[in-house]
Amino acid sequence: MTTPAVTAPLLQVEDLTVQFPTPDGLITVVDHVSFTLDANRVLCIVGESGSGKSVTALSLVGLVQSRGGRVSAGSVKFRGTELVGQPEKALNRIRGRDIGFIFQEPMSSLNPAFTVGDQIAEVVRRHRRAGRKEAWARAVEMLDRVGIASAAQRAKDYPHRFSGGMRQRVMIALALACDPKLLIADEPTTALDVTIQARTLELLKTLQREQDMAVLFITHDLGVVADIADDVVVMYASQVVEHAPVRDLFRRPQHPYTAGLLAAMPQSALENGSPLVGIPGVVPQPHRLPSGCRFHPRCTHAQAGRCTSEPVELRRLDGGLVRCVRSEELRDPAPVPGAPAPIEGVAVQ
Amino acid sequence: MTSRPELQAEVLQPTGTGPEDTEAPATPSTFVRRFRRNKVGVAALALLVVVVLLAVFAPWIAPHDPNQGELSRALEGPSGEYWFGTDDLGRDVLSRLIHASRVSLVAAALATGVALLIGLPLGLISGYFGGWVDNVIMRFNDALMSFPALILAVVIVGLLGPSLTNAMLAIGIVYAPRIMRVVRGSALSVREEVYVLSARATGCGAPRIIGGHVLPNILSPLVVQTTIMLGLTILAEAGLSFLGLGVQPPTASWGSILGRAFPYMGRTPTTVIVAGLTISVVVLAFNLLGDAFRDSLGRERRDQ
Repeated sequence: MTTPAVTAPLLQVEDLTVQFPTPDGLITVVDHVSFTLDANRVLCIVGESGSGKSVTALSLVGLVQSRGGRVSAGSVKFRGTELVGQPEKALNRIRGRDIGFIFQEPMSSLNPAFTVGDQIAEVVRRHRRAGRKEAWARAVEMLDRVGIASAAQRAKDYPHRFSGGMRQRVMIALALACDPKLLIADEPTTALDVTIQARTLELLKTLQREQDMAVLFITHDLGVVADIADDVVVMYASQVVEHAPVRDLFRRPQHPYTAGLLAAMPQSALENGSPLVGIPGVVPQPHRLPSGCRFHPRCTHAQAGRCTSEPVELRRLDGGLVRCVRSEELRDPAPVPGAPAPIEGVAVQ
Repeated sequence: MTSRPELQAEVLQPTGTGPEDTEAPATPSTFVRRFRRNKVGVAALALLVVVVLLAVFAPWIAPHDPNQGELSRALEGPSGEYWFGTDDLGRDVLSRLIHASRVSLVAAALATGVALLIGLPLGLISGYFGGWVDNVIMRFNDALMSFPALILAVVIVGLLGPSLTNAMLAIGIVYAPRIMRVVRGSALSVREEVYVLSARATGCGAPRIIGGHVLPNILSPLVVQTTIMLGLTILAEAGLSFLGLGVQPPTASWGSILGRAFPYMGRTPTTVIVAGLTISVVVLAFNLLGDAFRDSLGRERRDQ
């Protein structure tokens, strides 16, 4: 964990809670999530599908309403200003200018009715009060920066003329056109094939360094996390279960779920020569959460009574945060038979 | 800004997901190409172009004065001088039909314009915002739609007094729900697109999203509906004028010619047949053109 910054952090999320109305009543999709993100840092939120990580990302900039949800508690402070409860007008000034957003689906996040150049230029014109020409020049410059060949020419093309990887580059250009201080990337590489994924990631890393921006990176791919993150938040069933610097997390996962995720990486299985271990079961539905620790039905270390009765609080441990009562005892002795092998083998770049 | 050759070099390679497996909206050129292959559509368009030209150049094309008749030659059958015969006041039916095309087309355009003016914004607002706004607008819509169109138009004309403008205003109001429905439905689906969310994430306000992102993406169904509506309003105008609630004498519209000739159908059936046929054929042409537009504007998908 980084030492607490003297000035206010770039992004400070506290007890963020998001609920969705359903026929069965309100369900909580994001449950008291807290984290901070300092300037120029990369924070990854990791979790399985349905763990609430995308909803967290959307709710930060007030977009979760468009998916039917509602921030019911908590606060999101961006450079010291509260974003929760801000009117749309104020949020619109921040979105796209101070906070860029990249979505998972590169094939559908560009408007088919306009050229990519127009779409980038529009954002520049709105936020910078730039003229037509100036905005267009900026669009071409951004396309060039994200590595689109003959950008001046390609800016006049419609989105359907771009492949998935190229569209994601256009999306990155769009998100970064106004030099945001924070980029929220919701699984930006998930829909891309592996080689394109690596290049896109490389590009994001380069731009993050060049532009002095912080990145909040949502992913379920721990390989990506190892590659890009400074800090990691692991989410499970709407809650943060572990929060630690990337090195610590990979060296010594404190939560059995994190350990399970690491063991389920093909790389770790290859390096240890052990068979690939999955985590049995699925993420519980938000309206049918188990009692006690939400992970206990899938946890190989769960103990009746200790893990099954009381909800587990997030607590500080070795410079990180963990939501498990057995972290210390699980760490020290020889691994329990059948448990995921120690994760030392996973290299952290 | 520095160019980045090392990044550019790698993207010159073809990538796995090429543009060919994406859905492509019809560009102007693909639209023209597809439309030209549609023989029926081309024929309908050609016919309508002829009708429009007849309307524009009516005073030069019409062989006789449409409002000047010789009573002594009333109700004549077709002859060399009067191709489609004469009406009860001895006026040339052909000349009146040609002049009436002006009235009918302008009236249809007026009514369709009114329908668009009401239906388009309300449909966009209803579809984009949803919620109680949508509920209120759509209930109003349902109420309007549950009325027989012509009866409601008669009521409105009754209130405002018979004139072509009032009649077309009435028809426009009555047909606005049709536009509203199409627009709302399309806006509803476009609203869920990721690019709309993406636009919001770049700080786009609601008016900008509706005008800049939703509207351009619903143009196809709107064009189709508008074309078909032109045919419908011609029919409605004909109906109102047939009843004497539309255009006022001596000006003629296709409907009023038909209405005026109706009592004399036994003596000069030609007039009724010709006027009726004109209306039917033009309405049919608008409908076929609308269908052809729909077929040519649709998005091309690989799986089709």
